[in-house]
Amino acid sequence: MVDDATRKSLGSIPLMRTKAGPRDKEAWVTRLKEEYQGLIKYVQNNKDADNDWFRLESNKEGTRWFGKCWYIHELLKYEFDVEFDIPVTYPATAPEITLPELDGKTAKMYRGGRICLTDHFKPLWARNVPKFGIAHAMALGLGPWLAVEIPDMIQRGVVTYTEKKG
Amino acid sequence: MSVAELQRRITQLEEELRKARRGDAAPEREKITKMSGEVVDTNPYSRLMALKRMGIVEDYEKIRTFTVAVVGVGGVGSVTAEMLTRCGIGKLQLYDYDKVELANMNRLFFQPHQAGQSKVDAAAATLRSINPDVHFEVHNYNITTVDNFDHFMDRIRTGGLEGGAVDLVLSCVDNYEARMAVNRACNELEQTWFESGVAENAVSGHIQFLIPGETACFDCAPPLVVASQIDERTLKREGVCAASLPTTMGIVAGVLVQNVLKHLLNFGQVSYYLGYNALVDFFPTMTVRPNPQCEDSWCRKRQAEYAARKAAEPIVEKVEVVEEEVVHEDNNWGISLVDESAPATATAGQVTGLAQGITTAYDRPAPSLPDDLTSSPPQDATSLDDLMAQMKAL
Repeated sequence: MVDDATRKSLGSIPLMRTKAGPRDKEAWVTRLKEEYQGLIKYVQNNKDADNDWFRLESNKEGTRWFGKCWYIHELLKYEFDVEFDIPVTYPATAPEITLPELDGKTAKMYRGGRICLTDHFKPLWARNVPKFGIAHAMALGLGPWLAVEIPDMIQRGVVTYTEKKG
Repeated sequence: MSVAELQRRITQLEEELRKARRGDAAPEREKITKMSGEVVDTNPYSRLMALKRMGIVEDYEKIRTFTVAVVGVGGVGSVTAEMLTRCGIGKLQLYDYDKVELANMNRLFFQPHQAGQSKVDAAAATLRSINPDVHFEVHNYNITTVDNFDHFMDRIRTGGLEGGAVDLVLSCVDNYEARMAVNRACNELEQTWFESGVAENAVSGHIQFLIPGETACFDCAPPLVVASQIDERTLKREGVCAASLPTTMGIVAGVLVQNVLKHLLNFGQVSYYLGYNALVDFFPTMTVRPNPQCEDSWCRKRQAEYAARKAAEPIVEKVEVVEEEVVHEDNNWGISLVDESAPATATAGQVTGLAQGITTAYDRPAPSLPDDLTSSPPQDATSLDDLMAQMKAL
């Protein structure tokens, strides 16, 4: 389930108000602004709490997102590319967050590096349409996934520390 | 050359190499212009045409006029496509963005030598050799992204044999996002379709027949699942995402195509929802009525159209009473009549009257009233460009 820390950080992310997907022209632009406001606030909160863990940006249309996420394990920072498309059915369906470079390294992934979320994520998302946005998907989906999977992958030796890529 | 081009080239060369190695490639049969019922060893259609003589199907040849789109060519979709090919369907559209992998070999249809090829190309090659009379149209992409979705809708609308809409769409995908995308497209296009699915624990599955406006759409309720009758807590995904069995997938493909044939060739009775619980061999069936407050606005529009059509029909004198949902053209406040014995909360987000052994994957809250927030301008007048720049500067 959702732990207290997640619950707390979740609570401080502004909720989305516009139910619109990428095929909804002007309403999507409004939604996209809300998404950016949510993400900016969330990243800012993370920084303030000394728990900065990802950066995202999108193409002009806001349909394709990419960036980096990182995880600190035993004082070493492991960094990964993160990307996803906004599906046509968004926000009724959550984006499928993908870490391409980890594809094949853990069973908790669907093909192409899409992370396998817990049984709790989808019901939670469904109950919160259209209020949850990308920042919520990061906080509830990718965050907990990294916390469980990365230490495991490091331990199994499939993820190794490399000097900062820059 | 780009990486993608090089990859395509590799696939192409591999395919050529494979053909060259095989050398003695079995001669494929000539196309057959007219289905014959003649019972000779060389007639691939004799046993199908026998369905006419036995009085099961009135006009079997009609199958050649139909176009079916198969979305998702995995464990269920590939077998579905093979069955339809062997039945002599007119045209098949195949959609999938995935490649064949050795990890797929616990399921039917694909073969180890096809590993690395796109599923749609590998499938079309095999299916053409099985039945060269079938027309194939393949699309190797993910339908849920914006660009591909428009193309997908266009091909559903115009990809039939005569340039019209396809006759049926079959969703054989393995995820909620893709099902919702098919649902959206079919609601918009008023396209009749079948949904199919196998649970990630491999021991249950279902098919569902969806006629926009007339039956529940995929978004009318939370996903319906066949209760596994095992303690969910004992079913933990320790280090795995999904299990699969060729048996369950073959059975689901079988009941899917069976109902497709019944629908297209007009025989027997088509199931609106058919579940399969493999652990106890239980097959619940039911009909699901549309939700007047469905989240999908196209579904609500189709419901209103269906209700109007129904109302315009002359009243047929029938004794049996079929309970019809009353659908109002507009119902801004989401008002509906509630059975007094039922808790009031059980109306909107939940489905009542499910057959035994079927539940919803989870509950959804009643749809909130359309809130005015959406129409009011955002309090923050910052432009999108500024926000993007601000995000980048963090």
